[in-house]
Amino acid sequence: MKVLRKMSLLELKLFAREPVTVLFTLALPLLVLYVLGGVFNQPAEPGVFRGVSGPNYYLPAYIGLVAASIGLIALPVHIAGYRERGVLRRYRASAVPSISIFGAQVLVAFVAASLSALVLIGAATASWDISAPRSLPGVLGAFVISVLCFAAIGFLLGAVLPSPRAAQGVGVLLWFVMFMISGSGPPPEVLPGSLNAVGNATPLKHVIVLIQDPWLGFG
Amino acid sequence: MDTVVSVAGLRKRYGSVVAVADVSFEVAEGEIFGLLGPNGAGKTTTVECLQGLRRPDGGRLRVLGLDPHAQAGQLRGRVGGQLQESALPDRMRVWEAVDLFASLSPRAVDPDALLAEWGLTDKRTAAFASLSGGQRQRLFIALALVNRPDVVFLDEMTTGLDPAARRASWSLIEAVRDRGTTVVLVSHFMDEAERLCDRLAVINDHRVVALDTPQGLIARYAPEVQVMFHTDQADLSWLSSVPYVESFDVRGTTATVTGRGAVLAHVGAALVARGLEPDDLRVRRPTLEDVFMRIVGRGGE
Repeated sequence: MKVLRKMSLLELKLFAREPVTVLFTLALPLLVLYVLGGVFNQPAEPGVFRGVSGPNYYLPAYIGLVAASIGLIALPVHIAGYRERGVLRRYRASAVPSISIFGAQVLVAFVAASLSALVLIGAATASWDISAPRSLPGVLGAFVISVLCFAAIGFLLGAVLPSPRAAQGVGVLLWFVMFMISGSGPPPEVLPGSLNAVGNATPLKHVIVLIQDPWLGFG
Repeated sequence: MDTVVSVAGLRKRYGSVVAVADVSFEVAEGEIFGLLGPNGAGKTTTVECLQGLRRPDGGRLRVLGLDPHAQAGQLRGRVGGQLQESALPDRMRVWEAVDLFASLSPRAVDPDALLAEWGLTDKRTAAFASLSGGQRQRLFIALALVNRPDVVFLDEMTTGLDPAARRASWSLIEAVRDRGTTVVLVSHFMDEAERLCDRLAVINDHRVVALDTPQGLIARYAPEVQVMFHTDQADLSWLSSVPYVESFDVRGTTATVTGRGAVLAHVGAALVARGLEPDDLRVRRPTLEDVFMRIVGRGGE
């Protein structure tokens, strides 16, 4: 427990000391939010965007997208880097419990995702008419599940991919494909049915619906 | 003396590449035990198996009476290791690393004293990435010792250290042993092994080919002593009748006498008796390096 606490604190400090990572975590979702939120800034209309306005549709979707970018890109690159450079060997040789290594990463993933989500919510609320979540506990629960789900995928990718470069390539590819076809990029309504069928099978699609439903009062 | 480490018939291969074919040795409590051998002989694989970092294909390993792989949990905190290739996160600071590793064991040493011992006090707040090779090496040795281990595995601990730091490390390792830690040392520095090790195993072609004290190995594998001096005298054939002399060789004005045991004293006495008093009479005693070259042949490095 003491080791887990120390390791978590350390990993948080290491995260804060990487300006590029912090910037990426905070700026990328904002960029996407403003581009797509601006393009699809249309009022609520039945049959499009699940019947809500563009920004109201995209905000919860981007919170899911943030969880995906952490799980698909940041986490695997970090883990593969630790393995390639011998950090994991160093920890293992000194019997650092695996639970503290993974626990600390999950904690950092939560902190990074929460920061991004707060920035997104703040920016979106300032720019558009955003409705408050219908069920806050529902949204919070969905957020926790989303981050855990993508963190698990991240550990898997980090364990399987041989190097940080490979992890970066595969991660960005997966993230981008999911971004495009899972309802967080172009509206699902404009995509052909076959792409939507594939999109429905991605974890990001499920995470987005999981966060949107309690926020927008569906399900 | 209790046996702290025992290895019997260790075998390990990576795919089709044999890393360890047959390695057996025992290390007694309080010993500094060396594993010596050319690159690729299997030394590192052996200590990695002993640290539970690799699963052996065959053989019986015991560290403090426990199986390093199956009973890794019980060994936790009682064993220290400095790995040949490892790293810490680039932006982790020195004190953070020591603090983290100290938190793993209830009997950890005082982090500040440890940093002072290994000359890292002024690097306390330096990021790992900014450390020089030698500083990283010293940090890793310090981390291997932070939990006051019963046995510590040091894999090429002085690689990358400057000569002064190497010598300082030797004294520190002896001090660590004096405080009760058994040391298993992987090295390819002969001077280091000869100076530090109570006993050592020479590993070549993935097997133990010799195992003894440094002096024992020298006496067995490289017993010849060479005595050298300058002289104008052309006929030195009388040297053959001097006790302990086995052969001699004259090149120009330099005579090299090869013998054993007390050859130096007898050659010296014989020279004086014949009125020769060379002022450069010198002796070259065999070192572990001669043993190594003889056993390993082609030379390794």
